[in-house]
Amino acid sequence: MKHDRLHKSVDAYLKLHNSSTPARLDFVQSVTGFILALFIMGHILFEATILISKDAMYAMTRFFEGYYFFGETYPGIISFLAAAIFIILIVHTLAALRKFPSNYRQYSIFRKHSAEFRHNDTTLWLWQVITGFMMFFLASVHLYMMMTNPGDIGPFASADRIVSGWMWPLYLVLLISVVLHTFIGLYRLALKWGWFEGKKPKESRKVMKKIMIAAIVFYIGIGLAALGAYIVIGIEHSDKVGARYHPTEGGQQ
Amino acid sequence: MNALTKGLMMKDKAARKIKINILRFDPNIPNDRPRIDMFELEEAPGMTLFIALNDIREHHDASLKFDFVCRAGICGSCSMLINGRPGLACRTLTSTMEPEIMLAPLPLFELIGDLSVYTGNWMRGLNERLETWIHTQEEVDVERLEERMEPELAEEIYELDRCIECGCCVAGCGTIQMREEFVGAVGLNKIARYRLDPRDKRDDDDYYELVGDEDGVFGCMTLLGCEDVCPKELPLQSKIAYLRRKMVEVGLNKKD
Ligand code: HEM
Ligand code: SF4
Ligand code: SF4
Ligand code: FES
Repeated sequence: MKHDRLHKSVDAYLKLHNSSTPARLDFVQSVTGFILALFIMGHILFEATILISKDAMYAMTRFFEGYYFFGETYPGIISFLAAAIFIILIVHTLAALRKFPSNYRQYSIFRKHSAEFRHNDTTLWLWQVITGFMMFFLASVHLYMMMTNPGDIGPFASADRIVSGWMWPLYLVLLISVVLHTFIGLYRLALKWGWFEGKKPKESRKVMKKIMIAAIVFYIGIGLAALGAYIVIGIEHSDKVGARYHPTEGGQQ
Repeated sequence: MNALTKGLMMKDKAARKIKINILRFDPNIPNDRPRIDMFELEEAPGMTLFIALNDIREHHDASLKFDFVCRAGICGSCSMLINGRPGLACRTLTSTMEPEIMLAPLPLFELIGDLSVYTGNWMRGLNERLETWIHTQEEVDVERLEERMEPELAEEIYELDRCIECGCCVAGCGTIQMREEFVGAVGLNKIARYRLDPRDKRDDDDYYELVGDEDGVFGCMTLLGCEDVCPKELPLQSKIAYLRRKMVEVGLNKKD
């Protein structure tokens, strides 16, 4: 069919029939991206319970350890969740990798194109690739720690890790890259599949971009505030590293 | 105020000096090197880049190469990079821009010289590759009346048929800059157009063979440069999304 592209013998095999794999990859990339995005939107809010009080954050960790279902805590649940997210992340990365510029030539062509074109959505894609690449490393470190030390999550344990364990620089960069990546990704996802297109796709796109920006500002704001709160706690607690939090009298058990 | 002073005042207001920088290079001239030439001219009321370029060729440099046919945004010959963005020169008013303007030929296409590129060659290759014509087994009988078509459908097909093959969407697509095998929005739009047409007997499996790969719809990264620069304002984003949904459906149900 594609005579013009059958120059090389390898192409003849590849182009005998179009494989179903590209369709599957595109689908998998979007589904995993969407699941991860939902997860992140919840995750940052849950961590921000520290802004309410130490007790609220403590209750939240107990909730995820299953205390309110089983009457006991099972940190294994956290390990399991972290492992599941890790696997989804790996699948997402594998699918998304095919979009990366595959050599310096491609990268520099895209950079030049994006700089001269001054087109917002083209530039946003570059941000998505860069933040995605950064998360490769940052998210892996974070997820591995959560998988292996699921019991060490709580108002003091987390704050100690952030301050005395020197995780705050990593969390700071991770927060900014994950929020940018997630909401640029969701915006692109909607346009890619034609969600919420309505009668006037151009107008809908403008509205979606506004929502994207608002969500980025909101999540980075709340994330930074929460990180700040953990840092304050961590500094205050730095002479008692390792001691665990006990909820206040009358606080939620 | 009489008509004369009014006219003079208008002239005064319009008499802006503009500088037009042009990336010049002719691969057919031995030893020619790419360079940027600057031309200074006086802006006239309602001046388009088409008028400005003709002014330059007439009064400054007769060797300047650029293409025009219709001067009305219909033929698609005059597309070029205007301050880095693809657009039609005949439809661009100089008054909408800063006084210093940069013009360059559309990237990716074969360069004839200066601002003139061979889009036709590229588009022909694309049309052959995507087989952009009605596929049917029916014998054509010119005596018989054509089959009827709902006006809404005819309207919808016509909307996509308005593509003038100017290549702006190609020049505005970051994907195709990196991966030249990609069919681009112009190609995907054409497939969407034939898919709508009941006279074309191809089904989605046939279209999957044409665009169901990374050079086709799954290569598109939804950068939407195409949508934002198309001078005919074709609904490229929603048509690509539509084609993607249909092609994923085929792919997910395929065995191999
Ligand atoms: C919590 C982590 C992550 C979330 C929430 C997330 C979310 C998303 C979403 C929603 C999309 C849009 C999906 C689509 O276009 O089909 C996307 C695309 C993308 N993701 Fe992620 N992602 C995450 C991690 C990563 C990582 C670690 C990488 C590293 C390589 C990555 C690389 C990419 C790339 C390159 C794209 C763009 C693909 C394209 O343009 O088609 N992502 N991501
Ligand atoms: S789709 Fe638009 S930009 Fe692309 S070739 Fe056709 S008219 Fe030009
Ligand atoms: S949406 Fe982007 S990647 Fe897709 S064809 Fe248009 S410009 Fe190219
Ligand atoms: S000269 Fe025909 S489109 Fe500009």
